[in-house]
Amino acid sequence: MFDAHQIILHGLTYDEFDLALEIIGRQPNMVELGIFSVMWSEHCSYKSSRTHLKNFPTTGPQVIHGPGENAGVVDIGDGLAVVFKMESHNHPSYIEPYQGAATGVGGILRDVFTMGARPYALLDSLRFGDPSHPKTKYLLDGVVAGIAGYGNCMGVPTIGGELSFHPSYNGNCLVNAFNLGIVNKDRIFLGTASGVGNPVMYVGSKTGRDGIHGATMASAEFGDGGEERRPTVQVGDPFTEKQLLEALLELFKTDYVVGIQDMGAAGLTSSSFEMAGRAGTGVELDIEKVPRREEGMNPYEVMLSESQERMLLVCHKGVEDKIKAIFEKWGLSAEVVGRVTGDGMVRIMEKGQMAAELPAAPLSQKAPMYSRPASPPDDLAVRHKLDHDSLPQPKDYTETLSRLLASPNLCSREWVYNQYDHMVRTNTIEKPGSDAAVIRVKGTSKAVAMSLDCNSRYCYLDPYMGGAQAVAEATRNVACSGAKPLAITDCLNFGSPEKPEVMWQFIQAIKGMSDACIALGTPVVSGNVSFYNQTGETAINPTPSIGAMGLLEDHEKLVSQYFSEEGDVIIVLGETFAEIGGSEYLSVIHGQERGAPPKVDLTKEAALQKTLVELADKRLVKSMHDVSDGGLGVALMECCFKPGTSAPLGFEVSLATKLRPDIFFFSESQSRAVISCNPAKAKDILALAKKNGVPALNAGKTSSGDVEIMVGGRVLVKTSSATLKKAWSEALPKMMNS
Amino acid sequence: MKTAVLVFPGSNCDHDCYHAVRHVLGREAKFVWHQETSLDGFDLVIVPGGFSYGDYLRPGAIAKFSPVMGALAKFTAKGGLALGICNGFQILTEAGLLPGALMLNSGMKFICKDTYLRVETSDSFVTGRMEKGKVISVPIAHMEGCYIADDDTLKRLEDDDRILLRYCGPDGQTGDESNPNGSYGSIAGVLSEKRNVAGMMPHPERVVEASLGGVDGLLVFESILNSLSAA
Repeated sequence: MFDAHQIILHGLTYDEFDLALEIIGRQPNMVELGIFSVMWSEHCSYKSSRTHLKNFPTTGPQVIHGPGENAGVVDIGDGLAVVFKMESHNHPSYIEPYQGAATGVGGILRDVFTMGARPYALLDSLRFGDPSHPKTKYLLDGVVAGIAGYGNCMGVPTIGGELSFHPSYNGNCLVNAFNLGIVNKDRIFLGTASGVGNPVMYVGSKTGRDGIHGATMASAEFGDGGEERRPTVQVGDPFTEKQLLEALLELFKTDYVVGIQDMGAAGLTSSSFEMAGRAGTGVELDIEKVPRREEGMNPYEVMLSESQERMLLVCHKGVEDKIKAIFEKWGLSAEVVGRVTGDGMVRIMEKGQMAAELPAAPLSQKAPMYSRPASPPDDLAVRHKLDHDSLPQPKDYTETLSRLLASPNLCSREWVYNQYDHMVRTNTIEKPGSDAAVIRVKGTSKAVAMSLDCNSRYCYLDPYMGGAQAVAEATRNVACSGAKPLAITDCLNFGSPEKPEVMWQFIQAIKGMSDACIALGTPVVSGNVSFYNQTGETAINPTPSIGAMGLLEDHEKLVSQYFSEEGDVIIVLGETFAEIGGSEYLSVIHGQERGAPPKVDLTKEAALQKTLVELADKRLVKSMHDVSDGGLGVALMECCFKPGTSAPLGFEVSLATKLRPDIFFFSESQSRAVISCNPAKAKDILALAKKNGVPALNAGKTSSGDVEIMVGGRVLVKTSSATLKKAWSEALPKMMNS
Repeated sequence: MKTAVLVFPGSNCDHDCYHAVRHVLGREAKFVWHQETSLDGFDLVIVPGGFSYGDYLRPGAIAKFSPVMGALAKFTAKGGLALGICNGFQILTEAGLLPGALMLNSGMKFICKDTYLRVETSDSFVTGRMEKGKVISVPIAHMEGCYIADDDTLKRLEDDDRILLRYCGPDGQTGDESNPNGSYGSIAGVLSEKRNVAGMMPHPERVVEASLGGVDGLLVFESILNSLSAA
């Protein structure tokens, strides 16, 4: 019999414990209680989110495998598919930034290569507290070093992502790692334990006591003493994972494997229960045979360890020794630890004794499901109130623009990505910094574009619109490279689902995302939910990070965001409205976070994205850049800041408007882009935009380095591109070195 | 030209070197596993970048004990050409096939970015197609790329014209501003005494196609081809 204390220590409610009793018809033993605890943790069971996640659009002709597998799989033609997913490692990264972030990268890589794909690109969405908060620099420094330490050693380039700061992350940073791999369509491996009698093998690193109850830790908010959970953070060994990757890719060329799954959160427990659950079989494990790096581990510890770089696989009978030989070559353990059974039970044996005996499917698929109460925050109307007249207009627009470009959320990210090997494997044809990161697919003419986006301030003000906007921006960024957006993955980072306001945010964001995904033709193929990003009463801003991918059939048609030549024509696509609610301008210059965020008109967005893809395909443009945080002025400057150029290009533009100049200039209206072209192509571009119903304006031309911006007949900004680039480039290194 | 690309556990630029030689230059190339004991029949051996043995202990410190390194010593003793890139350079210094050592970058962080390099000698199999003083752009990607050697060694390298490349600015000027990792004398690459073993931290195999953002790395590979056909 367990006392209340032990049940609560395991993160289970009394109702959940009663359900466990009902399922097994007796009292569980300690090992079994531990298994229930991790399998039914929020992290593994999605118990608060499942009922809402099923509303996502997840199908389409391009989708080979949607949510439910280790990662999503999308067809890119020529017999190839991309395998991709994004996953959070927020809690461990806050407790131990280097290892937390490193093992986040390790985990997402395994999710992709366990399906048979070689990983080709990593991206990361990172969020930290206020730059002046005492922990921010320490966390950012450690997280970036951890991502670099793992990804670089694996030889997988980290080619993009996003970084932003907001006080709501002071007590909970966000580290979302995205990985994309490429696989032959007919060589995809799934996590199923089928074929009664088939051997179950354990491959990879040995098991230690690290990370026990990591999943449970990630399913609770931080109170006092969160840092004391440091022992629940795993330690990464990228070298071993690199060996595991190469060994598996060698193994996947054979026909030995029936099914395989990464031992991620909840380790041996989740992999065995989920593989059996999916196949409708059972598994019997003899855990004495599990390779260990520590003496005297009991079954509870072995089953709940989250040691990294391990996998569980089911193979055909008779090939065990051949598999062992492959792993031996790569210096790794491979042991037969059990067999597939037909009765739907997972049995854990130790020294001939039954250490645990539980039904697979009920634990992996019939976890409790909650439809938790949801209600909007009481102050929603107040949040939306914004009085434009109360905002003083800038006296010096050049200075205001410079301050924005040097602000923490908009300044250059070079300090971050220079620490990542973003070129290894020589496929990176659009390096970090541009709207989308792009890799070519060797052996074909194709390229794959990726972008991660979310504006959590918008989501705080209006989670429906923020969710839709995140999908719109991520896919728009992909389209700006010329690639056609095909699908998305997501990482839904929220506070405690037990708070009705958080649950409401979650439901609204999913609605907004779903509507955008349907309108833009990009289903959700994989994803992850991270709740309990909350310290005491303070929840993070709702942050549904979106990872979009798109396909460029001909990689020579790639378009980057940077102006390339003096004298090119600049065209602005889309319309600018009086939308500064939730903007960077309002936050940085006026110190306010309020108003309604910019409205996403999905019909207009779809028309814009279609236009961008067509412009690239017809080779009409030389650059395309989406207008987002900071508005038009910031977007125009970003077109000038090509990495590695010491003398950046400038431009002269003249823009007509009836709006107040600052509101026009810093508005974050959606569905806009700045493009440049050879003057001879301008007419065709305007005609194409008109045909697609996208407003387009010939705004000016690029210059050798001077910047002049006229709005409503008045010169607002007159400076040199180099001056602004200096402010933009130096801001983050200055912040990190101060 | 038949090229061997060595593969150690943890090598990860092996595919990139293979791709440059096989698919861009259209020459024969073969991966050679670190357990192999012979390099007979090859004209060139590339020791590629990566994290051999996870860079545990010290970059290159464990790889130097691999069986293939004995074969490489024999191969180069007979005058065979070997180029170590990044971790390959580190391995060659650890194995004593090149002088000096590569230490932690002065900024204590991993750096991946394009660098300008000034060609210091045309008298080598990797720079033969370039004039002395020419500036090329080739990226670096390393944590331990700070080249050091004792004063006598540095003097000998200078006197023997065995410094291959130095980090510089776009105009060819060397100095602290353009030295990414704190290397002595901004040294980015060196030659062995017999001039048949070369090591460099920058990655020429990453700039061999215009779509990758540059083609200056081709000059290195073309120099190698040229010197092999001349031999």
